Amino acid sequence: MTPSEIIEVLKQHDGAGIVSAVADGLHPHVVVKMDRLPAIAALLQSDWRLRFDLLRCISAIDWPAKNSIELSYDVISTSFGHALAVKVLLDRANPQVESVSVVWPAAEWHEREAFDLMGVTFLHHPDLRRILLPEDWTDHPLRKDYPYPVAYKGLKLNP
Amino acid sequence: MKEIEFQYQSDLHQEGEIPSDIRTEELTLNMGPQHPSTHGVLRVVLQTDGELVLQATPYVGYLHRCAEKIAEKVTYRQFTPYTDRLDYLAGMNNNLGFALAVEKLGGIEVPARAEYLRVIFAELNRIASHLVATGCYGLDMGAFTPFVYCFREREYVLDLFEAVCGARLTYSYITIGGVREDLPDGWIGRCREFLDYLGPKIAEYNNLLSYNHIFINRTGNVGVCPPDLALAYGLTGSCLRGSGVKWDLRKATPYCRYNEFDFDIPVGRGEKGTVGDCWDRYFVRIQEIGQSVRIIRQALDKLTEGPTQAKVPRAVKLPAGEIYYEVENPRGQLGFYLVSEGGTSPYRLKIRGPSFCNLSVLPVVARNCLLADVTALLGSLDIVMGEVDR
Repeated sequence: MTPSEIIEVLKQHDGAGIVSAVADGLHPHVVVKMDRLPAIAALLQSDWRLRFDLLRCISAIDWPAKNSIELSYDVISTSFGHALAVKVLLDRANPQVESVSVVWPAAEWHEREAFDLMGVTFLHHPDLRRILLPEDWTDHPLRKDYPYPVAYKGLKLNP
Repeated sequence: MKEIEFQYQSDLHQEGEIPSDIRTEELTLNMGPQHPSTHGVLRVVLQTDGELVLQATPYVGYLHRCAEKIAEKVTYRQFTPYTDRLDYLAGMNNNLGFALAVEKLGGIEVPARAEYLRVIFAELNRIASHLVATGCYGLDMGAFTPFVYCFREREYVLDLFEAVCGARLTYSYITIGGVREDLPDGWIGRCREFLDYLGPKIAEYNNLLSYNHIFINRTGNVGVCPPDLALAYGLTGSCLRGSGVKWDLRKATPYCRYNEFDFDIPVGRGEKGTVGDCWDRYFVRIQEIGQSVRIIRQALDKLTEGPTQAKVPRAVKLPAGEIYYEVENPRGQLGFYLVSEGGTSPYRLKIRGPSFCNLSVLPVVARNCLLADVTALLGSLDIVMGEVDR
């Protein structure tokens, strides 16, 4: 299926949940409402026409100018070979979204990474801990306004 | 005659002090981060009951350098050497993935000769990487000889790389717009020589390791990862194909003229046990070496004369936009999610490391398997920590 056909199927099922859609270009995607994400994820995974069985990546992007954090879920179907991205926009001050690890267990580690590096909280995540940084790290380095640390446990950088 | 009265009763069952379903004490074992079979600095905390693993929890991040943050601070060209250090056993493939993502977003056309050269080097690197995987897996399973043989063959590949770009591990050879340099004189002959040499060696590995009775006992029916589980946890590459899923990006969404080549996708068939066991994952890699040889032969035949580099300015400037691009690395799908705001460096670059996803299945598959089998499982997943931690 082409991206526009996939978006058509999504609109038939849950037209109200979709904020906007980009069917052409290099990165076809749909922007969905935050509270509709789990339902749309389940639909993408289970619908017989879509069968998006492989979650490739969850990327978090910080947009301080728009005061939002954008999550992009890139999925592909190994049965049909078509691909799509689903995006949600979160409030930058309090980024919270429902976890999709029930639909795609692969999301578990991707969400932990987004939590660790970007500070997004995933509700109902089975094990939301830092994954790449030490447990006692205090900030989220991929935020655009991240203050560069000058010391870590007494070790000073750039003395 | 007095009858001997004998009634045996275990101490344990007297007066019902201890419940009948006796549970031995659980032991927490720490494996790594400095452990030869964890393939780098991976720490796995194992909750064991005797020889049985109840729970395995991987701890990663020891090699974290935050390459994604670095990418926001350097230019596109400057980031190419950083990609070498993600999956340090497949530098060429990483270069290729990043170069393709940038070129697609920038609309840069790559000359035909460069495209074929990219295929040749990507496949050579796949061979080198799979040789390391095979050799180290034998080492994990207690067979030292295959390791030495595999590294002997890998040395030829590294020599070929060295001849063309001077580096043996971190190449930065595939750059934005093409490849850095053309082939030196006589390189094609040397490459063909190597392919002729490698072909029969695969049968040698099979005799030495693949069909070795001890090896099969250690890996067959061990660490079974069914196809639906593999897909659910986002496994890609030889781990997914080992589970019997015929999925390869080189066929599904061909890049770099892979559609012009004739090759097969080997999948696990459960020959020595169940589909998706360690042996299947291992054997898919062995077969892929043979397929890579086929691809390189065809690419060498198709290699045309011409420029090896498109006309790209020194400071690459991309238009505003975004792209998610994936290539088939030896370990799975390496993805780059590139967001540009129109400058000379990315606004955001997210890297999807295949080993990261492949490793995430470990706690599920390792549950209720034997302690010694965790090593077999880890080795068959073939992770590179540089890419898990990025």
